[in-house]
Amino acid sequence: MSNNNRPLSPHLQIYRWEITMFLSIMHRLSGVALAVGALFFTVWLMTTLRGGPAFTLFYTFAKTPVGILICFLWLLAFVFHYLNGIRHLFWDFGSGINPRAAKLSGWFVLIGSFVATTIIWNMARGVYAVAAG
Amino acid sequence: MSSSSNGSFKTPLGRVRGLGAAKGGTHHWWMQRVTGIALIPLAGFFLFNLDKLIHPVYSSMMMFLAEPPVTIALILFILCAYYHAFLGIQVIIEDYVHGTLAKNSLLMFNKFFFLALTVCAIYATLLIGFNFADYASAQG
Repeated sequence: MSNNNRPLSPHLQIYRWEITMFLSIMHRLSGVALAVGALFFTVWLMTTLRGGPAFTLFYTFAKTPVGILICFLWLLAFVFHYLNGIRHLFWDFGSGINPRAAKLSGWFVLIGSFVATTIIWNMARGVYAVAAG
Repeated sequence: MSSSSNGSFKTPLGRVRGLGAAKGGTHHWWMQRVTGIALIPLAGFFLFNLDKLIHPVYSSMMMFLAEPPVTIALILFILCAYYHAFLGIQVIIEDYVHGTLAKNSLLMFNKFFFLALTVCAIYATLLIGFNFADYASAQG
């Protein structure tokens, strides 16, 4: 049944790095990260409604350097997966599915996710400044 | 395989049995797109209101979550996002895990995991919605 002479699919060590393949890998990677994030989001939702120490636990953690890093990367993964998902939907409708357009939309998504993440991050952080002061 | 088309004792129907459904092949792919499109406004709403969603003042956060449109949007978001995640993780398992036992166990665990997670998250959202509804309407 198995045939060892079948052609290999695109291979990381064979092809030169392109933004399109980098974003494809990142889309899957951010998807996994967000699936893990769904577990934490659920735990947060369930503990948060009780108030008290469970409610403040998240904010104590979110203030630590590791907490800030995780929260920022989570937001970046969310925004990137969101924008790149829209890019995928355009392809599904047969639009922009050529090397030139795919590279251009790729850069747009990559830069756009960092810009949008920074804006949302600062917006959410503004609430903390108000609450602390 | 080439001789089976004319020399076999099996009927064409007998040969395709067990090789997969004839109509459900695109369902997984299609549902990933359907949930993806639904998540554009739903996820966009919570990204845009992230400051209210994770508000450090307990009463402010509950007030936001207990607004009926927000509670409903959060339940819809949970349904779509977790189903979308379940479909995505299923593809990854199918791509990288090849042993029959390991693959089927993981696929089953994936189903149980996201179903349980969806029920937990919706339960919590409903509790917030019901417990703080009066509070939200009184303050808002």
